[in-house]
Amino acid sequence: MSRPEDILPPDLFYNDIESRKYTTNSRIKSIQASMTNRALELLDLDTPSLILDVGCGSGLSGEILSGVPEEHGGPHAWFGMDISSSMLGEALERDVEGDMLLADMGQGVPFRAGTFDAAISISAIQWLCNAETSDVTPEGRLKRFFDGLYASLRRGGKAVCQFYPKNPQQRSMISNAAIKAGFGAGILEDDPDTKSLKVYLVLTVGGGDVSGTVSRMSDVDVQDARRKDKKRGKEFERKGSKAWITRKKAQSEAKGKIVKPNSKYTGRRRKTAW
Amino acid sequence: MKLLTLNFLTCARKTCKTNPAAFPLHPREAELEQIEAEINPLLIQNLLPRINWEVLKTISQELGLPSLPESAPDSEDFMTEEGEPTQTLKDLHTLLMEMNVQNGKLVCGSCEHEYAIKEGIANFLLPSHMV
Ligand SMILES: C[S@@+](CC[C@H](N)C(=O)[O-])C[C@H]1O[C@@H](n2cnc3c(N)ncnc32)[C@H](O)[C@@H]1O
Ligand SMILES: [Zn+2]
Repeated sequence: MSRPEDILPPDLFYNDIESRKYTTNSRIKSIQASMTNRALELLDLDTPSLILDVGCGSGLSGEILSGVPEEHGGPHAWFGMDISSSMLGEALERDVEGDMLLADMGQGVPFRAGTFDAAISISAIQWLCNAETSDVTPEGRLKRFFDGLYASLRRGGKAVCQFYPKNPQQRSMISNAAIKAGFGAGILEDDPDTKSLKVYLVLTVGGGDVSGTVSRMSDVDVQDARRKDKKRGKEFERKGSKAWITRKKAQSEAKGKIVKPNSKYTGRRRKTAW
Repeated sequence: MKLLTLNFLTCARKTCKTNPAAFPLHPREAELEQIEAEINPLLIQNLLPRINWEVLKTISQELGLPSLPESAPDSEDFMTEEGEPTQTLKDLHTLLMEMNVQNGKLVCGSCEHEYAIKEGIANFLLPSHMV
């Protein structure tokens, strides 16, 4: 299946027809919901918070944020940004509670410093790697976005961005841009090596509970990673198990790809929607 | 667009980033609408330290709303002894979460760029020469 990112610019791809199809498709709705719930689980908010939803689309995630029950630390308030007026139109029709901006995340995040407790982005930031006009570059757009996101989060704030990297280069281009902006960053994979692989970029601003810090990630020692790998008894590894992921990580580190250091998230199975 | 949001939105242009006049954005020709929302005392309590009260006063005044108290309320005064929301909390909830600018524009005090608001959604797309 071809990637929408390779077909048209986002505001043209998500036109009225596509936005309606997207928003009413029950399979899409349930996948987006489960990824939103996973992101919420990673954000681990224990009290009603102000959340930015980047590439909020028709508000499928927003509805979940507004609906988090008190027992689970909600309900949260959210603001959304999206470049497609048709997607935002769908959100309006569905009467979502968050305020939304028609905005291009590649042009920055127009909120004052320390506005948000947290940010989420579901299936959107890979679009930053597209540069639709000759006067912008993916690198420039990524920088603008992550610098702005970093500033708009309060200290101790977190962001979780699920995204669909086109290839390993794109994946590290995106996580490197986040690290350069100052975030502590880690990548979490759900259902690794399956067709339904989901990649989450987990970001923290100063002092938060992060699975990987900037220094630990950029300090990755290729030789070391390999030596550790050899010592591990592979026969105990189940595919998808913690040991297996650790080994996969060591391999990726050896290849120079950014992966997060091991953490409590490593190897945890994805929960189904609450 | 809620007054809550207007308390955080800034001009999107790079040249305005360091100019204090780029925040807040000033509503013009605003059509206000009150849209009921469920009260969330804990959320408002969490947000209160982040609300710029001076800005809230300015924006309310620019929108022609009744003037606000000199200083921000204390979140200790949000609940009655019976655990019910006080009038103070209810008023703040109405102001922040229910008052909406449905149509109009937001103007940057630094570069004077106008961001149009339609059906409550502000258009922050910039032509690339302005980014
Ligand atoms: C697959 S949809 C996901 C929508 C929503 N997050 C969800 O999970 O249902 C991708 C969204 O990203 C938005 N998008 C793409 N590029 C964008 C950009 N540069 N700035 C803001 N939004 C963008 C699209 O308009 C679209 O609504
Ligand atoms: Zn400006």
